[in-house]
Amino acid sequence: MSSIVSVQNLRKSYQSGFEALKGVNLEIEEGEILALLGPNGAGKTTLISTICGITVPTSGAISVGGHDTQTGFRAARGLIGLVPQEINLEPFETVMNTVQFSRGLFGKPRDDAKIDAILKQLSLDDKKDSRIMMLSGGMKRRVLIAKALSHEPRVLFLDEPTAGVDVELRKDMWDIVAGLKAAGVTIILTTHYIEEAEAIADRIGVISKGEILLVQDKAELMAQMGKKQLQIEVSAPVDKLPKALSGYQLTAEGTTLTYTYDTKNERTGITTLLNDLQKTGLQLVDIQTQQSSLEDIFVGLVKEDT
Amino acid sequence: MNFIAISAIYKFEMARFFRTMMQSIISPVISTSLYFVVFGAAIGSRIDNVEGVSYGSFIVPGLIMLSVMTQATSNASFGIYFPKFIGTIYELLSAPVSFLEITIGYVGAAATKAMFIGMIILGTAYMFVDIQIAHPAAMLAFLVLTCFSFSLLGFIIGIWAGNFEQLQLIPLLIITPLVFLGGSFYSITMLPPVWQSITMFNPVVYLISGFRWSFFGTADVGIGLSLFAIALFTAICLGAIWWIFRTGWRIRQ
Repeated sequence: MSSIVSVQNLRKSYQSGFEALKGVNLEIEEGEILALLGPNGAGKTTLISTICGITVPTSGAISVGGHDTQTGFRAARGLIGLVPQEINLEPFETVMNTVQFSRGLFGKPRDDAKIDAILKQLSLDDKKDSRIMMLSGGMKRRVLIAKALSHEPRVLFLDEPTAGVDVELRKDMWDIVAGLKAAGVTIILTTHYIEEAEAIADRIGVISKGEILLVQDKAELMAQMGKKQLQIEVSAPVDKLPKALSGYQLTAEGTTLTYTYDTKNERTGITTLLNDLQKTGLQLVDIQTQQSSLEDIFVGLVKEDT
Repeated sequence: MNFIAISAIYKFEMARFFRTMMQSIISPVISTSLYFVVFGAAIGSRIDNVEGVSYGSFIVPGLIMLSVMTQATSNASFGIYFPKFIGTIYELLSAPVSFLEITIGYVGAAATKAMFIGMIILGTAYMFVDIQIAHPAAMLAFLVLTCFSFSLLGFIIGIWAGNFEQLQLIPLLIITPLVFLGGSFYSITMLPPVWQSITMFNPVVYLISGFRWSFFGTADVGIGLSLFAIALFTAICLGAIWWIFRTGWRIRQ
């Protein structure tokens, strides 16, 4: 897989002196769904705005599909669709005209069949002649997505697509994202809902205070989550694991033995481990289990950063 | 050049104009009719001919200019301010369009609207007074240039404005007085000599004078000077827009 969006050492300081991005490096692979997690004010929106051309980077370079966003802005922006966080829509226009306007801005001639298909996909086909002001909040959000998709972008940015959205619409939103991924669109979404990242992302990036703290495959993160650790305190320090215990995923550190196991397996191996432990003559003092969740990882990372 | 984008912006803006058709057309018709009733019929009957033209006819070019300048300015300023206000500007900034294309789209639409209204006023005037246009081509050229240049000015105001009050401020405090004092309703030769000299610093004088010349063949200032003035004004506005384009002033952080 190759990068479709490449961000190199991106810095952004606003006129107020506030440094929103402090040297961000990010490679986004073609066809993936990347979720950017971060608390409010972390720089998620600034990062997206800068990639899309709404704000000008202070330093660093961004390329989209191999086109620099400054020197090749037409080619770069032509590949991008953006769904903003706020519902920004011209209230007096109809859905159809608003979406066609977006398509036109991207230099594509009016195409009613194409727009009809997009509206249908978003369950907006019966609203196409309605004025925006007549729509519900959820419908308006769909219109924003339709606008972003109107010129058939290869990369779609969704800035907090499900903030303040009810459960049903959120599920719909996830289905839409899955459908777009199937069509080959690369998707970057920001969220502060961890379960959202879990539900739809391929990779997860954590951003805090203008820095990317981690970008990792979701499966790897989930693997860490799916595993539990059993910590066994013994009375005397263990320098070397006894032979009888060599078949286990076991590490020793002082008086603590840590056993990692997968709760999804049929057998956790705890019973046999405890039996074997008893045979070695080690004296048990205490036992506890731990599970790290994405939430823990996230909170830990963000806290560490403060 | 992204011509499709220019046309998309232009059509979207014109749609706004046609949505508010009644307001856009009826209000200039009514206000022009009022001017003709008050200045043309009531007061005008007591005023001698001005430079050989009846007073009612004499004020027609000035009236058209008054409406065209204020309409062009307010339409263009609103056209670009509104996306800023409601937030849809994000779309213009993230689309593969240059600032030049954005300007052409918005200014073109605003100038067209102002042109439309100018024509409606001219049509209304025909119903009240007798008008002969001595130089139709020059008349059209002056009208187009005025619509275009004042739309450029309005566009700059729309980018500059941080709220609705500021949006109204310049048209209200600067353009209306300049137009009123620019000889819309009188020939500047009617003024005392001192005021004649002061008036020469009012750029609108040159526009109205040139426009009136295209109707009646007489002017307060030379037609060459009028053309030069409007060209200069257009150049200044274009320069300002070029600078905004270079710096992203008030548009792109």
